[in-house]
Amino acid sequence: MSARRKLSLGERLVIAAPYLWIGAFFLAPMLLVAKISVSQSVLARPPYRPIFEFSDSLADIWSKAQNFTLDSYRALVSDTLYVESYLSSLTIAAISTLITLIVAYPFALAMARAPERMRPILIGLAAAPFWTSFLIRVYAWIALLKDEGLINNALIALGVISAPLQMFATPGAVVVGIVYSYLPFMLLPLYAALERQNPSLREAAADLGASPAQVFLRVTLPLSREGIIAGALLVFIPAVGEFVIPDLLGGSETLMIGRTLWNDFFSNHDWPAASAAAIALVALLLIPLLLWERARLREEERAQ
Amino acid sequence: MTAPLLSITNVCKKFGAVVALEKVSLHVGTGEFFALLGPSGCGKTTLMRCIAGFESPDSGTMALNGLDLSGVPPYRRPVNMMFQSYALFPHLNVFENIAFGLRRKGETKDAIEARVSELLAMTQLSNFGHRRIDELSGGQKQRVALARALAPRPKMLLLDEPLGALDRKLREETQFQLKEIQRLTQTSFVIVTHDQDEALALADRIAVMRAGRVEQVAGPIEIYDKPATRFVAGFVGETNFIEGRLERNGGAAALVAEFGRIPCEPGNLPDGARATLSVRPERIGVAREGEGIAGYVENFVFRGETTLLRVRVAGNVVLRAAAGYGERHAIGDAVTLSFPPDAGTLLAEEPGDEGRNERAAQ
Repeated sequence: MSARRKLSLGERLVIAAPYLWIGAFFLAPMLLVAKISVSQSVLARPPYRPIFEFSDSLADIWSKAQNFTLDSYRALVSDTLYVESYLSSLTIAAISTLITLIVAYPFALAMARAPERMRPILIGLAAAPFWTSFLIRVYAWIALLKDEGLINNALIALGVISAPLQMFATPGAVVVGIVYSYLPFMLLPLYAALERQNPSLREAAADLGASPAQVFLRVTLPLSREGIIAGALLVFIPAVGEFVIPDLLGGSETLMIGRTLWNDFFSNHDWPAASAAAIALVALLLIPLLLWERARLREEERAQ
Repeated sequence: MTAPLLSITNVCKKFGAVVALEKVSLHVGTGEFFALLGPSGCGKTTLMRCIAGFESPDSGTMALNGLDLSGVPPYRRPVNMMFQSYALFPHLNVFENIAFGLRRKGETKDAIEARVSELLAMTQLSNFGHRRIDELSGGQKQRVALARALAPRPKMLLLDEPLGALDRKLREETQFQLKEIQRLTQTSFVIVTHDQDEALALADRIAVMRAGRVEQVAGPIEIYDKPATRFVAGFVGETNFIEGRLERNGGAAALVAEFGRIPCEPGNLPDGARATLSVRPERIGVAREGEGIAGYVENFVFRGETTLLRVRVAGNVVLRAAAGYGERHAIGDAVTLSFPPDAGTLLAEEPGDEGRNERAAQ
């Protein structure tokens, strides 16, 4: 079969489908947001001066294009609120991802080493939280973490502490919420990576003198690299932009870009600023990822 | 003989209700090439995994160099294993795979470098140190697996069906290489195989196993020429089983079968005992006339150096006999078969032996 065989219409449609999907539901909305981000903020409905409209005449396009501005992007850099929100979001997301990994790894390992007939049940249990509303599950954490919540009451009753611990409305509460909510997204790729490992590799390592700890560090862990990366991305990326969890558990102290965005949109009615922040966030996450992926592909090509 | 390197005494192992090993006792000497031969499910792999430490026997003892192995984990045993699937580490290159065991021993960088180079040279992989595992052919992977297992200088090397994944041509070449490497390293090799040719070609001694038991332990020639049981005779090589009654007639004993008298060596069986004579096809003389058992060629298979004939004799019995190179026979040709007295091995009737032989002729 030649590599440049002509594709039939059906094949072309099948290949085009995901591109059309991404174009319609990701790229088009992103472009709308990008358009707003380079507009000027005004007190009106909508609260910005559009730089073009599909119904515009040629003259209008020129005059409206004069409204093009990068002020919102300049504000992102100069306004410390944004810089701090980004940094805080990245930090909280990074810490949460790390903790999720540490918590999920033993679970995934236990699942992968469980008897084969048990595994579907364990996977089902890992996905069980999805059967209830995400919002309700995060709300439940308020009942656990607040000053007169379950944890504080239990600790006081046991005499471990005399005054309630401040857990609710802290960055720590946000981390707990993210770790809890995103655990399945870490668990499943880790499980998939560990489950396909050939058990005789561990035996071979032990046979060659590796203690159980060395077998884990030298064989099991490096061979689950793909799963770790996939899980970390699935947790880290949505966690950076997370809004619900910091809003419910974080209190007013916890700064995260999701909430700053929300405030700009709904409280300050500064749509261009919020749009610019959103575009910058996508760029912040996507560009390093693309560069990394490209480097990885190059390395793979070179190794061939 | 000096004290054996490995002594296995009365080892038993069950998996649930399945008996994998039943009272297995064996000795393997220093520098010996030993084979565990048997059909799948005979317990040979379980026995090997017990030696490596991946399974522990339910009862019985195993000692290496006089030291009891019970409770010693695999990573503390001076025994290395070459896995059937090779189990090479896909995230490490060839060099690092071979160096794995040396690094665990904490050897110096220079010592590791030297030892790995030595093994790469021994396995003809000198230019492959930086290759990734998935860039290697099957034969190359097999050699990396061998080098990796030999690198830490084990007292004993276990090889689980080491040639099973190779094609026929490569297998023969690799057999010679394995023998050569075993001779050079003076390491005890214990090979697990279901392939009788492999065991006969490689091993100094062979243990033939069936259903968790050792049926016979002997050198390849003895296993072939003097099988201890009907199973061994049938499993190793081709044979004819001839049933009959022993007649000790002074000096010249013979087995009286349906189709005639076959001279044989009676051993210590009593006169009149029911017995089975196992005769290899190539030990039966084939002639066009003269004395012997008369029959006709029912079919034949040309095998190169010999031609295997199926000869139908009286009593509706078919015997297999090998005609030498250059002797041509056609279907329907009348032949006479002659049996030198030492051609066969007389086997006493064992209870429950019927129908157990996979390769046995009627």
